[in-house]
Amino acid sequence: MSKKNCNNPSSKSVDRRSFLKGTAFGLASLAIPFGTSDASVWDAFFQKHFREMNDNEIKSVIKRMEKEYADEYKTDFKIKTTGPLPGVKFGYGLDLSRCIGCRRCAYACVKENNQSREPQIHWITVLQFEKGEKWVNVFEEADRYYNPQEVPEEGHFYMPVQCQQCENPPCVKVCPTQATWKERDGIVVVDYNWCIGCRYCMAACPYGARHFNWGKPQIDKKELNPDVHYLGNRPRYKGVVEKCTFCIQRTRENPGRYPACVEICPVGARKFGNLLDPESEIRYCIENKRVFRLKEDLNTSPKFYYFFSI
Amino acid sequence: MSDLLQPVKNLFTTMKFMAKGGKWYYGWLAFLSLFILIGVVSYIKQLDQGMILTAMRDQVSWGFYISNFTFLVGVAAAAVLLVVPAYLYNFKPIKEIVLLGEILAITAIIMCLMFVISDLGRPERGWHILPIIGAMNFPSSLLAWDVLVLNGYLAINCTAVFYVLYRLSLGKEYKMSVLWPIIILSIPWAISIHTVTAFLYNGLSSRPFWNASILAPRFIASALCSGPALMLLIFQIVRRVSKMEISDVAIFKIAELIAYTMGLNLFLFAAEFFKEFYSGSVHLAPMQYLYFGLHGHSKLVIWMWLAFLFNLTAFFIFLRPKTRENFFSLNLACILIITGVYIEKGMGLIIPGFIPDVLGEIYEYGPSAIEKGVSLGIWAFGALFFTLFLKFALPVYTGDLRFKSSGSEKTE
Repeated sequence: MSKKNCNNPSSKSVDRRSFLKGTAFGLASLAIPFGTSDASVWDAFFQKHFREMNDNEIKSVIKRMEKEYADEYKTDFKIKTTGPLPGVKFGYGLDLSRCIGCRRCAYACVKENNQSREPQIHWITVLQFEKGEKWVNVFEEADRYYNPQEVPEEGHFYMPVQCQQCENPPCVKVCPTQATWKERDGIVVVDYNWCIGCRYCMAACPYGARHFNWGKPQIDKKELNPDVHYLGNRPRYKGVVEKCTFCIQRTRENPGRYPACVEICPVGARKFGNLLDPESEIRYCIENKRVFRLKEDLNTSPKFYYFFSI
Repeated sequence: MSDLLQPVKNLFTTMKFMAKGGKWYYGWLAFLSLFILIGVVSYIKQLDQGMILTAMRDQVSWGFYISNFTFLVGVAAAAVLLVVPAYLYNFKPIKEIVLLGEILAITAIIMCLMFVISDLGRPERGWHILPIIGAMNFPSSLLAWDVLVLNGYLAINCTAVFYVLYRLSLGKEYKMSVLWPIIILSIPWAISIHTVTAFLYNGLSSRPFWNASILAPRFIASALCSGPALMLLIFQIVRRVSKMEISDVAIFKIAELIAYTMGLNLFLFAAEFFKEFYSGSVHLAPMQYLYFGLHGHSKLVIWMWLAFLFNLTAFFIFLRPKTRENFFSLNLACILIITGVYIEKGMGLIIPGFIPDVLGEIYEYGPSAIEKGVSLGIWAFGALFFTLFLKFALPVYTGDLRFKSSGSEKTE
């Protein structure tokens, strides 16, 4: 393929399609139900990488997807593709001295982001430590399945962990298909239609932030959130990896909304804002509190800051 | 016209040759086919219901498939690396070593690719990893590197084997001036497939067990034990069932070389063992899990000590001339090494990368029935592929099967 061709997305797509239709037919037949006359199966198969599509291609993909979701979930989804806002880089703060380990954030996240209920996927893991135990970088003594009558439990403290939205994300570095990348506003996203499910990113992530759809994700129709983003909370597929996106469907709105976990936190332990705005609350926290980030020794440079207000 | 039809005729001749055999041969083929069938059924189930049928979960996200893949990369590399000592020591059967080694390498690489594909959540999207038509993340992702080096290695070995068999099947001698450059290229390439695969794990700072510089050297050292050990067994079978001559001297010399590589492997193991246990930092946990158990979890402990015992025993058997020149103890040691390295470099390498997981949880992994079924199927396919390949290649090599470049076919 010549360089000139490469710059022209439409001619490239023709080349790619015609080439692939011949060679990949046999392979595809393994996984794609035959006997279906629906062309959308093939459109889905030949769908390009999100960042390689032009506006028209994205529009037609969104249209097809909305129909697929409507057929499958009997719900009308509105799939947004809102891009990053200029002059914005998102950062997150978590006040460990306030967290009571109630896990409301974890459940609000599941609801907002259409995670699979069966099998269960949670993007937020809340770790419980006994006071005086090893922690910060060593989690061996942490308990993530604590289940008392009431929290906080005497003699314990809590540390929620989710995607740290690293500036040097190891998961992006290792992905063999570029199916995951860091957006301009600092959010690490996944194209669920490009991910091949090799799970190399899960091996690379030091924070256990990436989750795989081991089975077909199932969500009760009543619990679906139809306000979705292509790179965020749209329902996922069997066999792909997913992760926290700082609620991209909320935070990229103008005016933006807080991520669901920030909104729900009953003790105000969660802070969120624009790192590039000197007046933002997150900047205030970083400049006035003693903050730390998880596993600093790995140099992943998270945009997720833990601190103590008391 | 007859020229155009010739390849078809040749194919028929080949098929006839492959179909001929005694009752042991047919029994062997039937035996393998049964396991292949089990593998196919298991894989279809996995495709249908998803990877949830495996025992892998978010905590241990790679398992039996990737373990087998890792072991087989070693086999693929080492079979060809045997050419180096064969050349240096001026072995008589160097050509046989080259041919058999390359056929074994082709088989092992095909099995590697099958194991990786079995591990994909969306195998139908596999083409996304390719350059040009996909979005290969090269040079950033080591998995992209691995795709390149493994397929490159497959291509090199296919070229060499095709060239040799093509010339011989026409009754012509092959030219070493053509073959040598391919072999010279394949030797560093064999090291590269192994190094790149080691780097795939080695580069992950999130997994302290893998993130140790000793990983790649240990990879090579253990591969140089298991690959040649497998070749020794194959040599003995081949010289029994065909006219191919492989001298005892060559076999004993390879056994001696295995003693040295196993010695190196054991030394590297000791170096790692010492560093982890003496310094006793928090990064000791995976090693602790492997050899002594961690917080009451000790599923792999018995296997790891068994592997160590096997490797050590084989080392002494190969070290003593008396035992390595006795076919009973020689073959016993080969089997011990293959098993030992299979444990050590399969599950023993992959699983502790995930135990404890990055948030400290211990999820004990053991392959599910589906994973065992698929893996067994791939191993059986590999054995079948190798058998049929040899069934064709050996008669060509010994001159029993000949094609004519034009006109009618001729056998014997």
